[in-house]
Amino acid sequence: MSVIAPKFRLGYLIKGVIDNIFWIILLVTLIGIPIVQIVLIYIDFPIIDGEIWNPFRVLDALTHPERALPLVVSFMQSDLFKVVAFPGFGFAALIAAATIFIERKMLAKLQLRVGPFYCGKVEGILQLMADGLKLISKEIIIPAKADKPIFWAAPVLFAATAGAFVALIPVAPGWVVADIDLGLLAVFAVIGFFPIITILSAWSSNSKFPFIGGIRALHQMVSFEIPLILSVLGIVMLTGTLNLAEIVQSQANFPWIIFMPVGAVVFFITILAELERIPFDLPEAESEIVAGWLTEFSGMMYGLVQLGTYLKLYAFAGLFVVLFLGGWNGPDIVPPFPAEIVTDGITILPGALTVEIPGLPLLAHEMINGTIWFMLKTIGVILVILLPRGVFPRIRIDMLLHIGWYKLIALSFVNIFIALALVYGGVIGPGGIL
Amino acid sequence: MSAKLPPGLQLEKVDDRIMTLNVGPQHPGSGHMRIIIKVDGDYIVHTDPDPGYVHRGEEKMAEYRNYITNIPHLERPVIHDSCNILYPYCLGIEELLGLEVPERAKYLRVIAAELNRCVYIQYWLAIYGIFLGHSTMFMWPTGDRELLIDLLEKMTGARVTHAYFVPGGIRNDVPPNFEDVCLRQVNYFEKRIKEYADVFYDNPILISRTRDTGVLSREDAIKLGTTGSVLRASGVDFDIRKKEPYDVYDELDFQSPTLKEGDSYARSKIPWLDMFESCRIIRDALKKMPKSGSVRVKLKPKPKGGDTEIYRRVESGRGALGMYIVSKGKPQPYRLKISVPSFRNLIAMPHLLTGEKLGNMPAVYWSLNYWPVEADR
Repeated sequence: MSVIAPKFRLGYLIKGVIDNIFWIILLVTLIGIPIVQIVLIYIDFPIIDGEIWNPFRVLDALTHPERALPLVVSFMQSDLFKVVAFPGFGFAALIAAATIFIERKMLAKLQLRVGPFYCGKVEGILQLMADGLKLISKEIIIPAKADKPIFWAAPVLFAATAGAFVALIPVAPGWVVADIDLGLLAVFAVIGFFPIITILSAWSSNSKFPFIGGIRALHQMVSFEIPLILSVLGIVMLTGTLNLAEIVQSQANFPWIIFMPVGAVVFFITILAELERIPFDLPEAESEIVAGWLTEFSGMMYGLVQLGTYLKLYAFAGLFVVLFLGGWNGPDIVPPFPAEIVTDGITILPGALTVEIPGLPLLAHEMINGTIWFMLKTIGVILVILLPRGVFPRIRIDMLLHIGWYKLIALSFVNIFIALALVYGGVIGPGGIL
Repeated sequence: MSAKLPPGLQLEKVDDRIMTLNVGPQHPGSGHMRIIIKVDGDYIVHTDPDPGYVHRGEEKMAEYRNYITNIPHLERPVIHDSCNILYPYCLGIEELLGLEVPERAKYLRVIAAELNRCVYIQYWLAIYGIFLGHSTMFMWPTGDRELLIDLLEKMTGARVTHAYFVPGGIRNDVPPNFEDVCLRQVNYFEKRIKEYADVFYDNPILISRTRDTGVLSREDAIKLGTTGSVLRASGVDFDIRKKEPYDVYDELDFQSPTLKEGDSYARSKIPWLDMFESCRIIRDALKKMPKSGSVRVKLKPKPKGGDTEIYRRVESGRGALGMYIVSKGKPQPYRLKISVPSFRNLIAMPHLLTGEKLGNMPAVYWSLNYWPVEADR
């Protein structure tokens, strides 16, 4: 009788757990605590309200809300919070994870199956975590003749560039990581990096199918960048600004899709092509060129590329919302908070146990409302982006380039003429009716 | 260095314009075969199909087993179409031994063969869908195929490898309420496959991808010796069920669909139209079938044939499938040659692929209705 898996024994499990605990305690005592103490000598403690916040004070504040909340407020105002948590990476990664789950379940419903079902007990909600753990535990295999530094760097660069793209998307009034005046140009600059990274990874793997996939991706991305830029030119003409937050503010009364449906359609199709989604997924066409430029990636390198792809998906959907659907604008769905919660602060348990809780001015009414509207719109756009995967087969490269160079560019010029007519007709723009 | 390379492959030089792609046998778009493709940019300039990775020596194996014990292993080349590959063998042995098949068994054979043809076509269609990147078209036929597999399981006891046909009839009769269940499921199945038109055959992207790619003219189709759906897609009305009717096919009401275009789209549509005809045949056969009676004639333990040669062929899911049996008066066949439609259709592949774009490779390749395991036998 042959047994593939070794038999489970409780004794081995207990021994393994005890071993782990022993090593963790040993390493923390010998290495961790000295490192923390050495670092604390050199670090500058933040000064808030005239008080130095050393680690002991932080631990102390955890037990008193009236002392912890200023810390939270100051942390939420810091750039670190914006980059790591809310409008930046953490928020985007959360939406990306939800996107993957929704994509799998929606596609499964479309195809008369159940999709992920067992992992996480409830409708397979932890399937993504299981997949991530599997990817982390996989061995990373580098082709023997690969150009190793570039090959290693490509997935990291891809995820980092997608993260940079995420940083430019304004989520709520004042909540954007990089609020720059030339925001739209910065978006195009960041998008311009993706074909370079793709062709670098394809070339450095020194393999034939990735090479063909990289060339296809290069053709596709470069030829669709032109209609992408041209299709949003109309909005720039009408608003007179490149700042994404100001473009959103200009749509307080109506979204631009009402006046520029042609531009919105062109922009949406170019999004599909830039994201390499079906029907434009020919850089990864598995029946022709295995997995395209992703063929030689294994383990977490592939995981990073996938992370970057879904971050990019979120960022493009957010850009569509910002440019055409009015961003965070929308009717109030959350009633305004009482002023004492937002600014003044409240006192609970007056008497012996008085706890003074200061206000959280950052959780203003506009921010909560705007975030909810932005998320609703973004998720709607993401659903529409995901839907063609269940309906269309893959297109061919010459048909794709034909669409990109002839039809979409012509349509985006039509859109520009519409915008010009609106401006010179005196409807919108400086001195316009609306 | 170059001596170690497999045949057909050469080392490339730095300034080579032509790139050699080794598609298969571990390529997601190849099946159990290898196609050596040379591309100049996006155009294929040379195609060299290299089958033989799943050669199992079925013909040689058949010479060491007697006529009855040959049955289970002879269906292995196409387990998804196992009734149809056993059909010519059983017809041949019956002619060899002079057996008269009972009427009910003939009808049940036709029903099993048509069900199995639909099962095969569904499987083929699913792979055609995923080859074109259409994942819904992979899942739908795979799911609807279960309806017919359930029916076949009721008939034969096995889901895929049935071993249902034996010389002199079929192995066992069907369960009592089989006619009603079969009619109901086949009607539902027909309603389901009508919906494939909405999602697949009328899809503009699919039409633009497969229309006018890999065009096989009527003359070329005949000259290259293609058969089955490939031949009928090129405008040649050649169906063994019509031309050389076996069992009760001449009493049943059906047509064999023919299209004139000869491109990948026509080749992908013919099997789908075939499924509607199969449903018609099954309904007609259920109506005309005798309600009771024997389904098998008694055989001696090791029947012996005379000194003779027999060639019988049937229309399988891929085309004309023939078996050539040489008997020398022994319980075993002296020689058994299987003439498979897959290999005949494979011959057209270099003719069609050379000059096409690389993106058309899966669309043309799988539209040839080629089953690698059957071609290798």
